[in-house]
Amino acid sequence: MAEKVLMKGNEAIAEAAIIAGCRHYFGYPITPQTEIAAYMAKRMPKIGGVFLQAESEIAAINMVYGCSSAGKRVMTSSSSPGISLKQEGISYLAGSDLPCLIVNAQRGGPGLGGIQPSQSDYFQATKGGGHGDYHLIVLAPASVQEMAELTIKGFELADKYCMPVMLLADGTTGQMMEPVTFDFDVKPAPEKPWATTGTKMQREHNIVNSLYLQPEKLEVTNLERYKKYETVKENEAMWEEFMTEDADVVVAAFGIAARVSQNAVIEARKQGIKAGLIRPITLWPFPETPFKKAAEHAKAFISVELSMGQMIEDVKLSVSCTKPVYFCGRVGGMIPSPAEVLSAIKKADGGDR
Amino acid sequence: MVVFDKPHSLIDVPLHYCPGCTHGIVHRLVAEAIDELGIEGKAIGIAPVGCSVMAYDYFNCDMIEAAHGRAPAVATGVKRANPENIVFTYQGDGDLASIGTAETVHAAARNENITIIFINNAIYGMTGGQMAPTSLPGQVTQTSPYGRDTSLCGWPVKICEMLSQLDGPEYLERVTVNNVANVRKAKKAIKKAFQNQVEGKGFSLIEVLSACPTNWGMTPREALKWIDDNMIPYYPLGVYKDRSAAKEAAE
Amino acid sequence: MAKLTFKEENCKGCGLCVDACPKGILQLSPDRINKKGHHPAELKNEAACVGCASCAMMCPDCIIKVER
Repeated sequence: MAEKVLMKGNEAIAEAAIIAGCRHYFGYPITPQTEIAAYMAKRMPKIGGVFLQAESEIAAINMVYGCSSAGKRVMTSSSSPGISLKQEGISYLAGSDLPCLIVNAQRGGPGLGGIQPSQSDYFQATKGGGHGDYHLIVLAPASVQEMAELTIKGFELADKYCMPVMLLADGTTGQMMEPVTFDFDVKPAPEKPWATTGTKMQREHNIVNSLYLQPEKLEVTNLERYKKYETVKENEAMWEEFMTEDADVVVAAFGIAARVSQNAVIEARKQGIKAGLIRPITLWPFPETPFKKAAEHAKAFISVELSMGQMIEDVKLSVSCTKPVYFCGRVGGMIPSPAEVLSAIKKADGGDR
Repeated sequence: MVVFDKPHSLIDVPLHYCPGCTHGIVHRLVAEAIDELGIEGKAIGIAPVGCSVMAYDYFNCDMIEAAHGRAPAVATGVKRANPENIVFTYQGDGDLASIGTAETVHAAARNENITIIFINNAIYGMTGGQMAPTSLPGQVTQTSPYGRDTSLCGWPVKICEMLSQLDGPEYLERVTVNNVANVRKAKKAIKKAFQNQVEGKGFSLIEVLSACPTNWGMTPREALKWIDDNMIPYYPLGVYKDRSAAKEAAE
Repeated sequence: MAKLTFKEENCKGCGLCVDACPKGILQLSPDRINKKGHHPAELKNEAACVGCASCAMMCPDCIIKVER
């Protein structure tokens, strides 16, 4: 039995990254994720790694771009406004098919917003964020343990598919302390023959690039990338179901919202309402399967989010609008209470919305 | 005996630059320095956004295409990943002195052990001749059609002078390539900038005053003379910082 | 005895080599054009060339090979 330690979510991410073989971290301070940088600053010099505080989020993501080009497992972390600044670099990483891990400990927006938790970067994370046709694999942890697990998984997926992965956390999970074990069997980084590590005069030069001035060529690179995305969709969707088998009302929620929702579902069951919960763990690819399945018997869905309603669009698409999908959420750093979610469940169950 | 030929680290393909554009000369000088130092196999070049965006097709070493202005940050990532590599960026004035000023200044401040080749031709070439951060006062461009009015759009950025105020950088020199003697000096400076990195001395930046005959609206010959008559008086040539030499002199 | 070889198809006829030649023995061909449509550089007087490589050093397209 592996040892359990009490840790903050952000620190668990940092420790898991080190276990995953990440020895290069580039970042810029922003609340509420600074513990990741602080942890890396402390640990990296002691294990022969690199922690570098960049002059900006833009510089940090471009350092990640260079470091990933050089074949390393590399990461950066930030929070919402900082992630906006990184979008240019993220688009270039996606366009150059480079692996890396980007952590977003979301806070309220738009603009400078606030420093309290939020899930309002769902669109930005799952629908693009930067320019061009591309996707990130987006992982949504709901506990400190899962922050560690998905960090490891994130590096593995990034390397497996040569694409950036985003760990979409929030200010709550990042800040809260829970017991966590670091008992992981990490897949080592694969060979990266495309990396720019020097030709050693033994091969043709490698070029890391996202520029294709011939439209025919650029189209082909996009089509090939989307074939890869199809493979990711087929193989990598992850979710957790709770009491959905016979559910009349299915709540969809990720991250901290899922924890609140689970309590509401338990309470609803106590009160005789057949409620259930689907918790997407990958937000892209979005786990359509459990929603399609649940739509066969559920009479309604509720998307519970710390936003004005973003994931709700994917829930509606997943059930092809065959069942009503309601929304329950708070914004600005507020978190819906189990009572609020329960009330939404009751309304949906009664059909009197 | 061959006394002059295309260097090995410059790929034998036609360059896309306009007739008389001095990018080609500087490309060759970079390649000669790489050849002479025997570092092609471990060199990593970072191409900018601008006229030299496709530099990745011209150098035989591994190459990375960076986002506009971000080459020094990308180079930092590469160098921190594999310090044994010799990492250089090749950037124009819009890339390095406008959109990428922060990346330039902070790579210099960190004394990042990289080499930067900075092409200053006082204009945006790739987009068709707009005012650059280094366009001279009064210079007519597409976006300063009545001449750069300093009361309206400010003054040119003098990168070597500016960076020389920092404690960080190892070596800063401004050269030009508008005649044979100046090409020889530019070659020496560029080679030194790479040699410094090999020796682990840190951040070296060579600013090369360059000609853009097409967007200046001149013949190649007139453009080289324009460097003498207009650019050099505003951007004096010379070494702006040489920490090792200064240290030696002090000892 | 110096020998210049021009990779003529890559010449853009900018004339920087012509100006650089201390002997004044280079010219842009008055009667020939290359595939790109430029009048390529050529040596007027082979015997007078000393192989100083000034032309090659100023050539932005690196098309001149110099042997001595």
